[in-house]
This record gives sequence, C-alpha cells and structure tokens, in this order.
Amino acid sequence: MNKIKFAIAMCFCSFALFAQDYFPKNDGVKTTNTNYQAFTNAKIHITPNQVVENGTLLIKDGKIIASGKQISIPKNTTVVDLKGKSIYPSFIDMYSTFGVKKPERKTGQGRSPQYEPTRSGYYWNDHVMPENKAIDKFEFDSKAAKELMQAGFGVVNTHIEDGIVRGSGTLVALNMSDGNEARILDPESAQYFSFSKSVTSRQSYPGSIMGSMALLRQMYYDADWYAKGNSKTRDLSLEALNKNKNLVQIFGAGSRLNAMRADKVGDLFGIQYVILGGGDEYERINEIKATNAAYIIPVNFQDAYDVENTYLSRSLSLSDMRAWSQEPTNPMVLDQNGVQFAFTTHDLKSPKSFLANVRKALEYGLSKEKALEALTVIPAKLLGKSSDIGTLQKGAYANFLIASGDIFDAKTTIYENWVQGHKTVLEDMNTKDIRGDYEFKLAGESYKMTLKGELSKLKSEITSEGKTRGSKITYDNDWINIAMTTKDSTEQEFIRLVANVSGQNLLNGKAVFPNGNEMTFYGTKIESSDASSEDKKDEDTKLKQATPITYPNVAYGFAEQPKAETLLFKNATVWTSEAEGVLENTDVLIKNGKIARIGKNLSDGSAKVIDATGKHLTAGVIDEHSHIAASSINEGGHNSSAEVTIEDVIDDEDIDIYRNLAGGVTSIQILHGSANPIGGRSAIIKLKWGEPAESMIYEDSPKFIKFALGENVKQSNWSSFERFPQTRMGVEQLYIDYFNRAKAYDELKKSGKPYRKDIEMDVIAEILNKERFISCHSYVQSEINMLMKVADQFDFNINTFTHILEGYKVADKMKEHGVGGSTFSDWWAYKYEVNDAIPYNAAIMHNAGVVVAINSDDGEMSRRLNQEAAKSVKYGGVSELDAWNFVTLNPAKLLHIDDRVGSLKVGKDADVVLWTDHPMSIYAKAEKTIIEGVTYFDLKRDEQLRAQIKQEKGELINQMLKAKNKGLKTQPIKKTEKDQMHCDYLDHAQH
Amino acid sequence: MKTIHIYTLVTAFLSITLGFSQQTPAPKQSKTIAITGATAHIGNGTVINNSIIIFENGKLINVADMANVKPNLQGMEVIDASGKHVYPGFIIPNSTLGLVEIDAVRATDDDAELGTWNPHIRSLIAYNAESKVVESMRPNGVLLAQITPRGGRISGTSSIVQLDAWNWEDAAVKNDDGIHMNWPSNFTRGRWWLGEDPAMKANKNYDTQVSEVEDWFKGTKAYMNGSKSPKHLPYEATKGVLDGTKTLYIHVDDEKGITDAVNFSKSHDIKSTVIVGGYEAHKVADLLKKNKIPVLLQRVHTRPSLADDDYDMPFKLAKLLTDKGVVVALEASGQMERMNSRNLPFYAGTTVAHGLTKEQALQLITQNPAKILGIDEHYGTLEVGKSATLFISEGDALDMRTNILTHAFIDGRLLSLETHQTELWKRYSKKLESND
Repeated sequence: MNKIKFAIAMCFCSFALFAQDYFPKNDGVKTTNTNYQAFTNAKIHITPNQVVENGTLLIKDGKIIASGKQISIPKNTTVVDLKGKSIYPSFIDMYSTFGVKKPERKTGQGRSPQYEPTRSGYYWNDHVMPENKAIDKFEFDSKAAKELMQAGFGVVNTHIEDGIVRGSGTLVALNMSDGNEARILDPESAQYFSFSKSVTSRQSYPGSIMGSMALLRQMYYDADWYAKGNSKTRDLSLEALNKNKNLVQIFGAGSRLNAMRADKVGDLFGIQYVILGGGDEYERINEIKATNAAYIIPVNFQDAYDVENTYLSRSLSLSDMRAWSQEPTNPMVLDQNGVQFAFTTHDLKSPKSFLANVRKALEYGLSKEKALEALTVIPAKLLGKSSDIGTLQKGAYANFLIASGDIFDAKTTIYENWVQGHKTVLEDMNTKDIRGDYEFKLAGESYKMTLKGELSKLKSEITSEGKTRGSKITYDNDWINIAMTTKDSTEQEFIRLVANVSGQNLLNGKAVFPNGNEMTFYGTKIESSDASSEDKKDEDTKLKQATPITYPNVAYGFAEQPKAETLLFKNATVWTSEAEGVLENTDVLIKNGKIARIGKNLSDGSAKVIDATGKHLTAGVIDEHSHIAASSINEGGHNSSAEVTIEDVIDDEDIDIYRNLAGGVTSIQILHGSANPIGGRSAIIKLKWGEPAESMIYEDSPKFIKFALGENVKQSNWSSFERFPQTRMGVEQLYIDYFNRAKAYDELKKSGKPYRKDIEMDVIAEILNKERFISCHSYVQSEINMLMKVADQFDFNINTFTHILEGYKVADKMKEHGVGGSTFSDWWAYKYEVNDAIPYNAAIMHNAGVVVAINSDDGEMSRRLNQEAAKSVKYGGVSELDAWNFVTLNPAKLLHIDDRVGSLKVGKDADVVLWTDHPMSIYAKAEKTIIEGVTYFDLKRDEQLRAQIKQEKGELINQMLKAKNKGLKTQPIKKTEKDQMHCDYLDHAQH
Repeated sequence: MKTIHIYTLVTAFLSITLGFSQQTPAPKQSKTIAITGATAHIGNGTVINNSIIIFENGKLINVADMANVKPNLQGMEVIDASGKHVYPGFIIPNSTLGLVEIDAVRATDDDAELGTWNPHIRSLIAYNAESKVVESMRPNGVLLAQITPRGGRISGTSSIVQLDAWNWEDAAVKNDDGIHMNWPSNFTRGRWWLGEDPAMKANKNYDTQVSEVEDWFKGTKAYMNGSKSPKHLPYEATKGVLDGTKTLYIHVDDEKGITDAVNFSKSHDIKSTVIVGGYEAHKVADLLKKNKIPVLLQRVHTRPSLADDDYDMPFKLAKLLTDKGVVVALEASGQMERMNSRNLPFYAGTTVAHGLTKEQALQLITQNPAKILGIDEHYGTLEVGKSATLFISEGDALDMRTNILTHAFIDGRLLSLETHQTELWKRYSKKLESND
C-alpha cells in the first residue's frame, strides 16, 4: 500500500518538474529556462530560529538552491536587491477547505427520522466516508488563493469539511501560475475526522456527541476485523480507512471539551490525532497538555460585546465576557505549557483578519519566534513535509514572503508572496514610502498634510489655519494626485495638486486652482514632533493582561481549587442514616477526606472547628436520576445504544453542579435519556465543582446502563413511525432479541474463536454476566412486570426501576425480584402513562420492603431533594428517618456506592452537608456542602463570589466600552440559556 | 369532644365505602360549625394561638381568641382542633387547572387558542370542574384558582373559580375578572432547525411589537367612541380594561419590559394593572409601588433564569419585592404547572427560608392574591363576614411534613379530601397488606 502511495507521489513530482518533456507542444517552440534568481541583502528567516542579516536566497525551478550569508551566485542569475527588507517562509494552513465546495444539505422527506443508510457497498453509517478524497473535488480558486496569499500563506492542506470521517485531504501550493500538476504537493496528505454528521445524509445515527464517539470506536474495531479478512462482504469505507491509516490523522474537534473526547477515542486505538482546537484550551491547559496531541489553533478572537444597552447587557454571562478578554492569551498559554500548535485561518470570516489576530496573541505574550513556528515549521512537521515546506532551506519549495520588515509589526507591508518560484505582487515594493507629515504653502496660505494608511490605498488629511480641507489622493508610480477643497466650503470647488516624489522627503509639482491658475507646489516632510509617541510606544510594548481564569471558567468558579481540610463539627444534630439514627449534640471529625470520628466532646489539634449548635449534619444528598452536567443525554439514532456512555460527555462547567451543591447534593447518576429501549451507560459522579470531568467520575465506578419502557421508546408523542418497536409488545421482543444475541456473542467470545468485537454486545453481555446494572425508566405496571420476567428468563436481576410510577401496583413482585424503586415524589399527569401516578408510591413500595429512592430527573428539583423526601412524610406517613434515607442511603445502595457514601459512618467518604435547620424542613438551607473533606459550597463564600462576579462584570463592561470608543468592532449581545435536560432531550446540533 | 369523634368516623366511613365519592361536590353548609383551639393563621399577617372560629351559612361569624370570648356552642358542630392549624384556603392565580388534563394528550388540551389578539376568548367555559388534577389540589389546601388562557399577544379572559364544583357555572367565584397580555420580549431565540444560532439575541422587532399593543388599545378606544356596529368581539372584550371593570394582567419578566409595560398602563389610564411573572420586578420595585401595581410572582421552585444569577434568586424574589412595599402573590405557571400547583404552600414556605416571615409568606397565597384578583371582599383571610373557605392542618401547612389536612371547607361546605390518588393509595395498600 505504501508503495502505491509513493508511486503516486512520484508521478505528481514528475508532472511538476518535467511536464513539458512529454506534453505535445503546439503553440511555439520548446524552451527550457535554466536561470537562477537571487534575492540579496535581505534579512532572511531561514527558519524561525535561523535568521541571517544581509543574506542571499538563491532559487531555481521553483525550489531553493541555497540560502544564507556566503552564497555564490552563478552567472546566469537575475538578482533582486532587497536591502532593508525581510524574507520569511510563507505560511501553511493545515485545516483548510480551500478549493473544495461544502456539500449541499440533504433536505425534504418530511420530519420523520431516517434510520437506515442510503448507500450500499460502504460502511453501515452514512456519516463515515473515509473513501472521500478532497482531490476528487478540488478546483483551484484564484480569488480565495489571492486572499490567503495576502495573509501570508503559500500552502494549505484542504479537505471536505463534512461528516464524521471525511476522507483524505490534499496539500496544495497556492501557485497562481502553474496548474494542478505543480500545485498538488500531496494528493492524499492527511485523513480528517469530526464529531459532526454529514449534511448529505439524514441518517439519524449518531444523534449525539457520545454517539459519534461510539461510532468511531466501533468503526476502528470493524476496520481491524475487516483488514484481517474476516468479512464476507465488501466495505469500501473500511478499505479506504485502512488504506489511509498511515496518513496524518486530523480531528476537527473545535473545542477543548471535544479535543479531550477525540483524544480519548484515539488513545484506545493508539492513534494520536492532530487536533483542531477551539481557542479555549487555556481554560483547562493541564488536561490539554496531557493529551500529548499537537493542536491546530484558530485565532478567531471575539470582538467586544456592544454593551451600551444596560438592559440587554445584563443577560451577558460572565463566561462569554471573559472569553473576549481571555481568548487572545490562548496561544501564549499553549506555548508556555509546551503544547505544540499550528495556526489556522479556520473559523475566520476572512483571512484578512488573520495576521492582525496573530499580532493580538503577541500582545498577550506569545513570542514572535513561536508564532512563526506555528505558521511554518510546525504545520510542515505535522504534515510530515519538513523538507519541502515551512523553511527556506536548500531543497524546499521556493515559498516565501518579501516584507518591508518584521512580519508581526502592524506597520509592515508584505510586498510579494512567492509560491514555487512564482511571484505574486501584493504591494509594489519599489513604491517609495511617502507616509508622514508634510508642510506646504500656496498663495500665501500655510498647509499641513498627513499621508497615511496602506501605500496602495493612501489617505490624505489636509488642514489650513486649523481647518480641515476635504481631500482625496491617488499615488502611483512615484506620482501623487490630490484634489482638495477650497477655503470656501460653500462652493464645491477644488484645488488640484500633482507632484512627483523626489527622494523620501520632497513632493515636487504644481497646484491648479479652480480658475485655472497654476502655481508651483513644494511639499516638505517634517519630522513628527509628537512627543507622546514615545510614551505610546511604551504602552504598546507592554504586555496586555486578560482577566484571570477560574475553575471552572464561569461565574462561581474558584480562583484556586479548595483543598481537603480536617474539620470538626461541634454540637450538631447528626443524621447518621445508620442504626444510631439521629444523634443530638454530637461532634463529627472529618480527616483525610473521610469521616474519622463521631461522638461527644471530640477534639483534634489540627482541625478547623465549626460550631454546629442548632444545626443539622447529614450525609450528602444523592440523586439517582439526573441529567445535569452533560453535553448530551440521548442517543436515539438506534433502538439500542448500549455502546454510548455519558462518561464521554460530562460537562464540568454546568452551573447546575454548583446549584445542586447549594441544595446539599454531593453525588449523582447522570443517566442516558429514554429515547430507546436500551439506552446508554451512566456516569456516576461527585459534584466536585472546579475539577475536570474525568476527576468527578467515581473511582472504580459501578457499571450502569439505562433502559426505558413505554411512550418514549415507542415514540408515541411525536412523529416517528419507522423505528421498531412502536408498541409495548415490541419492546419485550426487542429485549429478548438483544439478550439472545449478546449471549451467543459472549459464548463465542469466551470460546477463544475469532469474533467481531461489538461494543454494544460487550455491554449487554456485561448485564447477563451480572457485571452491569440496569436502571430502567418505567411507568405502567404491565411493562414493569414484563422486564422482570425477561430478566428472570436470562437469569439476572433488574437493579433499579427509575420513575416507576406504578411501582405501587407491583411492589410485591418488585420485592420478590429484588429490584429497587427510584421515583418522583409527586409528578404525574404529564402524559397518558402517568395518569395513575400517585405521591403515595414511595410509601407503598417502602412498606412492601422495596429499597426506595426519591430522584429528580430535573435540574431544578434536584437542588431541593431534601424537600422532595419530606413529601413522603406527608404522603403515606413514612417516618422521617426512612424518608431521609430516600435521598441518601437508599440511592447509595441502588447505585452500589453505599460502601463509600450515603450515611455518616466512620470510614466512609466525608460527603456531608451542614443544614441551617432540620434537613427536611422547608425552612432549611444548606450552609456547607462538603465532598471528601473539601468544602465545595459555603453560604458565606457564595456571598463573596457574588460580589466578585459583580465587580468583574463591571470591569469587563468598562473595558468593552473602551474598546468600542477606540473604534474597534463589536458584536451584538447574546443571552446564553442552558437547556433544561430531561429524559426526552435531544442534542440541537445533531437533529 | 364526642362530636368530633363521631364526625371523623362519619367522614372516614363515607370515604371508604363510597370509593368514588371524592368527585362529588359537598352540599351547602346546613349546620353552624365551630373550630376550637387551633392556631389560626388569619392570612393578613396575624395569628391567634388559641382560637375559636365559627361559621354559618358559609360565612365566618366569629374569629377570636378563646381567652377573650365565651361563645355558646350549643347546637353547633364543634371541631376540636387543639394543636392544629387553621388557614384561609390558598389561592392559585394565573393557572390552567381544568384546561388541560394530560399534557401529552392533545385531545385533552384546551389552554391556548389560535390567533394573536384573543381578549374575547374566555377560560371559564372550558374549565373542567371534574378534572382529576383539580381535585388533587384540595388535600394540600389549594381551594381557589384563577383560570387563565395561554398564548398569543392577548391570551384571553380569565375567571376565578373555587375547586369543588359540579360544573363551571357552579365553580365561578368571579367571572371574567381580567384579560391577560404577553408583553413583547426583549429577546428572541435563533431557530436552530434553520441553522441559526439558538442563543437568545436582542429582539429587533420589540418596538414594532410594542406599537402594535399601543395600536390595539387605541383601536379599542376609537371603536368605543363609534357606533359599535357591527360588533367587534375582541374590542368589546378589551373595553373592560379601559373602563376599569377588568384587570389588565401583563405577563412580563425583564426590567425594561416591566418599565415599558407600567408606562404603557399609565399612558392609557388603565385602573387595574398586574404584572405576572416579574423575574426582574425587584429592580423596578419603586416604580411598581408608586403606581400601585402588584406582582403575581413566577414559580418559586425554578432555576435562576441566567447562569450568573444568585442560586437562590427565585427563592428570594418575594422577599425583595415585599420589603420594597410591593403587593406580591405567588403563581406557578411553567412546565407541569397544573399538577405542581398543589405545591403552592411549599413555594410560600421556601420564601421563608429566604427571608420572609411565615405569616408574610402565607399572605403571598391568601390575602395578597385575593386582593390582586379582586375577591378579597369574600376570600383570602379569616375575618368575620368573609366566606368560610378554610382548612385545618395537623401542623404547619407551609411545610411538606406537616401539611396534612383533616378538614377543608369552601363557603362552609365540608369538602371531601379524597381523590383519584388517595383511592389508588388505599386500594393498593390494602391489596399488599392482604398479600401478607
């Protein structure tokens, strides 16, 4: 396979250099140019680290022959003297869509989802298209090329930006003179990926980020299996994927969260992606660094928000405002942490703003050397093309920029962009720089004139006797023409000036007055007398500061992560949730993240003492059914999605984590939604606000999966009629089918014979092997009964019925089966299947001996689960002790974490809450919420945070107003509203 | 003492033997009833610890401290409520109770009519007095509701009902009390399904939409000055707001919107205006107080509407407004609003954890809504001459653990506290017990 690739590459090389040799010639005689070109006396940046003053660059046939100080110039050389000018290698953008049209969106066919693929002979999922090749769709776009060249680019790696697997990209030189025979540096230079579905297919799966991740994993397993010759059928996608294996693998993640996710997928298969970042990597730089990936970094720094309207600006979130302030630090932070990165124009509206944005990054501390590396040698290296592009070393393509000076200086002009030895003039470098201040006299009147702006679009400002005259200037070939209004502004009359530029400091010509009279015009340049310019320069060179980040980098984040403390609660009413019940006037010592002692008159020299007189201390509240802190909830693209896991999509900066802490919640199970009978795997996490997602997940977390029954899985309440099952009858058969298949799969797997690894089957087999527990969304008694019978048939137990609103009708059967019930306190009547839901459900199940928990399924209710537990006292007369266990010990039992949490017992994790009042009183507030000895919520600190947020927002608003006054662009206010996620929630972007 | 025992037995007997009787509205009060020894929460901020409450023909004839009066209880039905608490019936304003039975079943959904200008659409006639959701209010002390249509710019006309009735006519306490208008929003959401950014952006059409509202009221005035022929039903329905016979309920949450709405109300000289929702009303509390505009405050048990807001913002809004002297009552609209309306007492309870006194919190669901809805002549407090619409709770009715009703009365009628849900509870408890 490598041989073939090499041969293709060779062919293209041949085209480039020897095209004429075998092409017929009908338009003249054959010529061969063997001349050299030399550029002398320039400051040459051969590489970012190797800079030569007064150096020479020698090129021939589109390649660099020599570069450096002592270069002998052959006789047949045309020489260009670049005294005072600089030469840089031209830039490389490795995440481009140059010359490749974005595919058109597939529309129509009604609103009913499509579940089947539209192709045959390819992978079963339409969004996997490794067989696509950018080269097949490539068409050189001169206009776009010119724009990129103006921004300093010479080579781009382009690709089809569509689908989850996007196929191979193409490395192209922006050569305006030759054809594709020369431009195509590598037709298949890299393979591209993303988490976003193709617009060309309406196939529903995957409908979430976690689905995309699962799909990629399964695809890699399948490719391996296919490569070993196990498939009886042909799959052109897998063949292409295997063929592309040795290319650079580029992942279009587009955000730090997705970067982590891409890396996680890659790690499983020993693939190190080069990752397109989102510009927000600075928020979690340690985690980004730990990926060991190289990044492609966009520089689409946001404009300030237009915050003049105070009513509208109130809706701006601190995190959105901070992004404006902090994003320009991203490249500097990446560099300081040793993360390798290349820059890209990706996500910029136009390459025109590219260099300005890179300069902005420099203002925040990125070094020029690193910036140049990110534009040249690093992308070249990442693409495996170091000897061809990115430097001005011998043998590389003659891709370079001629600039008036330092490329990162805003005043610098890029004169020429050379690609493969062909010149494109951007600004005439022979044009004299006549910008500056001038004085002249005409008919006894004194004038002052300032010429500024780009030389090709020069602007003039003329004043006389302190009044500004209207004027317009053109400048071409050393000649200026100016039309200026006369003193009398009521008349539309003009004085015309025409002058030749003689030397740097003199304009010499004539003035023509409205009446036709002509006079000599003599403009002399004056030195700028602006005394403040020095100070201004100082200010310019001072590094700009961004507002500091917090963990997480949103409102209520911590500037410094709080640490575990030794805490001694004195004189509390202690709810043990153990046989001891409630202990009055009791002390609790927390040490090393554990509950160390419970008793009277405790003391510990190292402990911080907290007077808990009149207050109540309990174990942290545990929510068995939550959907907060996740980027996606449902993968409903298939009727089973056992292959997905919520652990892949934890959102560690969801403000609901903090709000839950303020309600005394310490642990939650983030369940997959109820879009399908077999849902995805759960994440069981502790609400360690400020910690990265991975650190929130329980160590050796018990394995759970969501199942679901009823209206949602049969898609009763929306238009979808194509997916099996559509009835409760079908749901049973679906389970039996999957369990039968998983059993057969598992037997084959255990037999040692070859088998096709199937993540979904692995997960379902874990259920059969009693290694994974089911938490099943359930409402009516018939289906509850059914699932227990199916489980009996396959010799395992259902662990938990969640919602279980008709559990009270089959509580005896539940008890017998050994399944727990995790229910709402009082929700009902929102759909037909909850018509018989009653608030006495928890009490009845509890009385029948079922382990009962009260859950939320709701980001609002979850922060008041203490109150929801209290409803069981009202509805059905459950004792207070038992009711309290409904939200602490019992959910811990159901989640198999009761050896660690759920009660106050010496040796258990110090996950505790200090309440201002009886924990189930409507009048109680959580005063401190502690996880493993770390105080994650504290009422007093909350007040301080509020004050800090207010102050920081005020400062940022001020800075934004300043930016607007300076004339910088602004963007309109947006209001970020987080979706309220329930069982039925589907990702927006994935519809 | 004997009376009470017999009485409880009778009620218990009735509820067990006649399983379906919970649907049957109670008959008129025939006998004078005295409740003795309870802590009476009057609803106006005061409490009588050892009270006597007497009512006859549905009206309160005596509410006093036992220490001060020695009434003759001869011939009365006496309920000894020592250690218990008595409250005026709770009132849920801006409610869709009885307009929708099951959210997901479209056939049961009657809360929003087609169209933008619907003042003529009347909620009362669609109110289902026999709704299973409605009956589930009573065991928690929610006895009165303002039934309000949804949707459009002007949603329609609300009415106030009591929650134990044979039919809507029977239920009506105040017909067509006001019209409800959704003030234009200062934000709009991008339509993600068209590829737009789903984030909220400033509503460019806000000014146009506000001027449409202006035009509507100007149009009504012009119409009223004309021949009124042929009849223009929507203008006719708007008229009451302008002549002061109806209240204008303006549903609006943001500071600017509330300010604009208040100024609009003033410029049209609207006598009775109420802000509904009012998430940011506390920012313009002085303006509201000055113009005597009360607030039906959004559901207490919600999440803050902005990520950066104080976590307890919805919990403490009532306190912020009350402290500024604005008259506040609690409403409960939003997701699952009907079934959650029975949690009204707990919404009030939560405001206590966040600053109000218990009696102030109680006012939010008794006296204040009665005043705002214009039914305070008869409802909202336990005062002589007013309707005997009240209940007895084992303990503090604002706390979940102790909100346990033993008796509830509407206009002196002793209500059944049984529901579809208690019936299932008893049926299945019994089944499981007999399994043992």
